[in-house]
Amino acid sequence: MRLLFAAIDMGGVRVIVELGHFALILALAVAVIQSVVPLVGAHRRNAAWMAVGDPAAVVQFLLIAFSFAALTYAFVVSDFSLSLVVGNSHTLKPMLYKISGVWGNHEGSLLLWVLILALFGACAVWFGQNLPPQLKARVLAVQGMIGVAFLLFMLLTSNPFLRLAVPPLDGQDLNPLLQDPGLAFHPPFLYLGYVGLSMSFSFAVAALIEGRVDAAWGRWVRPWTLAAWVFLTIGIALGSWWAYYELGWGGFWFWDPVENASFMPWLIAAALLHSAIVVEKRESLKAWTILLAILAFGFSLIGTFIVRSGVITSVHAFANDPERGVFILLILGVFMGGALTLFAARAGVLEAKGVFGMVSRESALVANNILLAVSAFVVFFGTIWPLVAELVFDRKLSVGEPFFNAAFSPFVVALAMILPFGAMMPWKRGDLGRAMRPLWPVLLLSVSLGALVWAMQTGRSALGPVGVILGLWVVGGALVDLWTRTGRGALGGRVARLGRLPRADWGKAVAHGGLGVTIFAVSAMLAWKTEDIRVVPVGGSYALGPYEVTLVDVREVEGPNYQSTMAEMRVMRNGAEVTTLFPEKRIYPVAGMPTTEAAIDYGFLRDIYLVIGDPQENGGWAVRSYIEPFANWLWGGCLLMALGGVLSLTDRRYRVAAGARRAPTVGVPAE
Amino acid sequence: MTGVWQGGGLKPALLAIALLCAPPVLAVQPDEMLADRALEDRARALSKGLRCLVCRNENIDDSDAQLARDLRILLRERLVAGDTDAEAVAFLVDRYGEYVLLNPPATGANILLWIAGPAMLIAGAGIAFVTFRRRGGDGVDALNPDEQARVAEILKE
Repeated sequence: MRLLFAAIDMGGVRVIVELGHFALILALAVAVIQSVVPLVGAHRRNAAWMAVGDPAAVVQFLLIAFSFAALTYAFVVSDFSLSLVVGNSHTLKPMLYKISGVWGNHEGSLLLWVLILALFGACAVWFGQNLPPQLKARVLAVQGMIGVAFLLFMLLTSNPFLRLAVPPLDGQDLNPLLQDPGLAFHPPFLYLGYVGLSMSFSFAVAALIEGRVDAAWGRWVRPWTLAAWVFLTIGIALGSWWAYYELGWGGFWFWDPVENASFMPWLIAAALLHSAIVVEKRESLKAWTILLAILAFGFSLIGTFIVRSGVITSVHAFANDPERGVFILLILGVFMGGALTLFAARAGVLEAKGVFGMVSRESALVANNILLAVSAFVVFFGTIWPLVAELVFDRKLSVGEPFFNAAFSPFVVALAMILPFGAMMPWKRGDLGRAMRPLWPVLLLSVSLGALVWAMQTGRSALGPVGVILGLWVVGGALVDLWTRTGRGALGGRVARLGRLPRADWGKAVAHGGLGVTIFAVSAMLAWKTEDIRVVPVGGSYALGPYEVTLVDVREVEGPNYQSTMAEMRVMRNGAEVTTLFPEKRIYPVAGMPTTEAAIDYGFLRDIYLVIGDPQENGGWAVRSYIEPFANWLWGGCLLMALGGVLSLTDRRYRVAAGARRAPTVGVPAE
Repeated sequence: MTGVWQGGGLKPALLAIALLCAPPVLAVQPDEMLADRALEDRARALSKGLRCLVCRNENIDDSDAQLARDLRILLRERLVAGDTDAEAVAFLVDRYGEYVLLNPPATGANILLWIAGPAMLIAGAGIAFVTFRRRGGDGVDALNPDEQARVAEILKE
């Protein structure tokens, strides 16, 4: 029956897929035009040529969107004449995962990559009405060049539209671990972040060609960076959350090369966000900001290289797929080499206007930038070191969590320590004592609370108390910063003014507070996790911290496309039932793969996390139980950071004042 | 293995590989654990720094692989036999090479890795300071030409 249906349907499907393939080739041609004509036009000051960039960017986006829709359609109707669909789908798979299967593989995820790239290009056209035509033409041309490179990469080495001569009756299914809502949306968010940084890159290269960076440039480039950073934050948090609930031991970050690949651009983008403020407000740090914009996208490309080539994971993966790895390396070399050469030649032209004192907001932001950039490079060195050691020093070694914890954490601690000072510091010239005055209560409170925690948890690591101190210091600092912005006067008036503060002020406080919450949650989870591993007979009970857990029953359950061994576990506290949880072990027959489904009781102060293991030879079941303190605070902290970014993004000055370049005023009001 | 997704950010491929290290057993098993609480705690702490050789960047404490289980048992045997932490780890390094260590020892070329961060921090701070001085950063109180022009403008009004 299904065969008959497929045969009837085949005609229409085939045409749509072919059209999608054709649209992709056409998009390449349009991208070539987009990368050449506006650039030449801007050089010759030919308005007609410059204007080509607008329609080209929009048409390129529409073509790639059509191509993406065609591939999605092939997944939805399970067109098994496409080798990609066969490898990653199955007729019985739920619809959500048929669609997420489009980007759940190398070729499809690259199509998503170029789709988002083209989307950002089109957005530059739609939202960039106020940009000077020359700058816009150059930005679109650079964006077009990136498009050419990646479209070529797809069509030459990773074409998603390749056919099979003999289509099979059904597909091989998607890895069951990826059939999960958290992971369905994790890649699109990450890509929006990675690729969003291409806009900052294009603006940077365009500014270098023009030899001109001013306050207006800073104001144009910041929203794009901010948007990319928000998406990266959400994407990383989603991935971390998924690892937490799916992997079965409550870990949330592993310093895996693939994770580091997303973390490095996040760090550099965070630095760029802050230095772009200095360009916008004070016309200083121009060359440095340009360099960061180039590096941020460079790390996105490195991330793509790490994930796509598999070279860091294993040197031998390179030999398996040299074509793709070499191609991405080539793209990386051309864009980074080109941009950095341009930077070396032109950076001298960018003269700083605003001078600042050693103690000032600018200096604090420089310190922020150095710490963030160096920490990103520490992650980078650690990630590539196994490769370097093997190729250069002939040592086969590993660099894992203990190294990163030791080498990376000090930078976070330093960053958290200076953050509240820096945020309170006035532009140009400040006074440490004056900035510290409103912060004294926060410092006293956080240190005394940290000391209290230290005293209560005798004998455990200092990590917990340090997390309490730093987290409270940063959150309290953000609140004090917001409060001092309301000026002086009666309490009522200040509260009223709080609501009228610019969105950027709120965004800053919320994002900084989110960082504080995240720092606290990470140290709390690492320091205070309770773990219990044991064999429990059915009907048996055991103590887990203040709770008493009973293994009530274990039974076999049939799922839609899996078989499950499900335990029923009752959690009691002081004789009252807290919850009953059902941890599972599943087997997906089509993919032939087992998974562990932990059962989690989410709470404000703690998660109870239960995992059922294997039956034991002499009766009973292996059971792992955890109390994860403040787990929700981690995701909450990340969300707060993202929310802060969104608040800043909606600030009035980006909505209205992104217009003409104007001379900077002298007494720029504090942010 | 076209079905293995090398995904966007986290560690799907790791999982795929970890799961291929069948038969799956779930990290530390109750039957492996030592009755002596102090020894078991030492074993757990050491396990966190030892790599499951067939997995991707996973320590033997978290790993589901059979090999990781063998390593965990081997490590516990050494500790029960009276090895110090350093001796037990050295025993594993002798057998499996320094690849088994997740924390690369700061010896030989690895010194580069360990000092890279602090060195860059010092260099960055140095460059920032030199640039700051060269730009005459402490002449903040003096107005720059733009500001002088603006002051003149204001005074004229």
